[in-house]
Amino acid sequence: MKFITEFRRSDLAEGLISQIHHRSKTPARFMEFCGGHTVTIFRYGIRQILPATIEMVSGPGCPICVTANADLDKAIALAQIPEVIIATFGDMLKVPGSHTSLQELKADGADVRMVYSTLDALKIAEENPTRSVVFLGIGFETTAPTIAASILQAEDQRIKNYHVLSLHKLCPPVIRAILDSGEVKLHGLICPGHVSAIIGSHPWEFIARDYGIPCVVSGFEPLDILQCVDMLVAQVEMGRSEVEIAYRRGVRPEGNEEALRLMYRVFEPCPAAWRGIGEVPDSGLKIRKEYQHLDAEFAFDVDPGRPYEPQGCLCGDILRGVKTPLDCRLFGNACTPQYPVGPCMVSSEGTCAAYYNYGEGR
Amino acid sequence: MGGVRKRAVRGEFEKILLAHGSGGKLAHELVEKSFVQAFDNPLLAKLDDSAVFDFSGRLAFTTDSYVVSPIFFPGGDIGKLAVYGTVNDLAMCGAKPLYLSLSFIIEEGLPQSELTEIVESVQQAAQEAGVKIVTGDTKVVHRGSADKLFINTAGIGIIPEGVDISGSNAIPGDKVLLSGPIGDHGIAVLSQREGLSFSTRLKSDCAPLESLVAEMLNASPHIHCLRDPTRGGLATTLNELARQSKVSIRIEEEKIPVREEVLAACEMLGFDPLYVANEGRLVAIVPAEDGDKVLHAMRGNHYGKEASLIGDVRAEHPGRVVMKTRLGASRIVDMLVGDPLPRIC
Repeated sequence: MKFITEFRRSDLAEGLISQIHHRSKTPARFMEFCGGHTVTIFRYGIRQILPATIEMVSGPGCPICVTANADLDKAIALAQIPEVIIATFGDMLKVPGSHTSLQELKADGADVRMVYSTLDALKIAEENPTRSVVFLGIGFETTAPTIAASILQAEDQRIKNYHVLSLHKLCPPVIRAILDSGEVKLHGLICPGHVSAIIGSHPWEFIARDYGIPCVVSGFEPLDILQCVDMLVAQVEMGRSEVEIAYRRGVRPEGNEEALRLMYRVFEPCPAAWRGIGEVPDSGLKIRKEYQHLDAEFAFDVDPGRPYEPQGCLCGDILRGVKTPLDCRLFGNACTPQYPVGPCMVSSEGTCAAYYNYGEGR
Repeated sequence: MGGVRKRAVRGEFEKILLAHGSGGKLAHELVEKSFVQAFDNPLLAKLDDSAVFDFSGRLAFTTDSYVVSPIFFPGGDIGKLAVYGTVNDLAMCGAKPLYLSLSFIIEEGLPQSELTEIVESVQQAAQEAGVKIVTGDTKVVHRGSADKLFINTAGIGIIPEGVDISGSNAIPGDKVLLSGPIGDHGIAVLSQREGLSFSTRLKSDCAPLESLVAEMLNASPHIHCLRDPTRGGLATTLNELARQSKVSIRIEEEKIPVREEVLAACEMLGFDPLYVANEGRLVAIVPAEDGDKVLHAMRGNHYGKEASLIGDVRAEHPGRVVMKTRLGASRIVDMLVGDPLPRIC
């Protein structure tokens, strides 16, 4: 068992594809919440091989894409403080805020360092005791526990020059906001795999119960997605709406209790601003009072100014699943991965980047 | 050891100092002891301002700079890379590589032992590739002005008669061949990078390809294009060829060999193996009727034994690379934009 090639086998895929074609009678619109799923769907051309009855729409599941400009600007303003070292995951470097990006600031001399884990950020703090390290905490429930762990470790080891800017977001509340807006009618939800590995499948139950929408938690390989679509089709055709797990090798119904414990020890839910969606109650995570001294929001007083939204950019609508990149007149013209206007074109898991890189509509 | 012990047993400094690049006595000592002895050949030993030699025929001339970090990685080091990279650039034009220049830009403080190791590695690599280092230069820069060691090599080679290889020669109907699995080098280097250490049995594929090319040209002197998919990976190379030749290239995902370890690392980091660097692989575009012959010749060479036919050249949509996915759908394979950056989740 090697967990990769087995889940890309074309013979097994053929069987699933023909089963989906055979089963699917009722027109249905499925949303894949997660940007990782969007990438798999485009990378393997899954939309092309599904029957005409099934329409796929991409959701807001790209942490960078949904970060509001005002928050990006805050990170960018922090990077301009001379004593600050910004530590961040690589995806963030290229994202344009209102006026500039971390990548451009870095070229101008700001100390912005790409790290692969929070422990590396802690190490940088230890090695630079006279400076302050600010880790950009951007991500969903998947990344929040490791960042919580770094805060606990900093506390434990009395590392005082380590701070976190917590821009974390929680997935279930935003789905509720999208469904409540009534803008997009869904008949099935492909629930995120890595997020569910942490929170489990229970937090999705309200969608099946209150909104009557079938939910299936999926992995990230092409066979995972096909199996998930097949399970959604089965629910649609049988008139069921339940939460099921297709990604059994990664997700348990109860999730990862230890990770959740860590996360809630350090963070508590708070309202958060989502690009294109606006403020959603209890959809963010802020650092609890007892760890406030490690919270960059409190340690630094920055004024990033008023956020500016680029004219004509449809990222917000695309994140809600209301529009597709093909509806955007900037897509592929003024906005490309080289010269991105909106974040959905920058992040490797952004919907616009997936459309562009894999040639949809080109 | 701190700063207490300054001198090694042999009466040399343990570290490279700014003075080693000054042009004075230390610089001469470094050149004579470290370089001239290692690259023992009469053209270099004269120590004139230029290497002087006779030549006739069609020449290929190329240069490349090497700034890899870390300078030692599984399966190779910056020295090996500096030789093979330039040798391969010559070979990709069908040339037999003959002479290289070798320039070091050294950050002060580089341990002498590491420099010695790199020099030995350059010497071995040059020997394997059948090239001579005939001229060189050394500069030492202040700490922080370079990352340990940068190397530039330039090379010249001779192109056999009747060989005409260029990225603009592909025509519809041609076959596309790949000499082995992709991504080994990029992942092997990444695995050693500070802040990202993960253990893998993978080794860099870095290798000299001149013998492979010579054997391919023996099988068919009519090879249209050769290119080594280094930075930017296979995807970028195929896009370059499609644009230069104004054709489209259609490849099949299932025919592109990728090792399980590379797939796993790519999954972890959010990379696509099509964009990961290689240092010992080549892509060949050959006339359809010569496809089998060339493939057979490739598989007979140590550096081409895992070669495969991965696709063909078409006329429609010039400049585009299209891949048939494992699921039977097709999608565009674009060039790499910027550096691939690890994803958040």
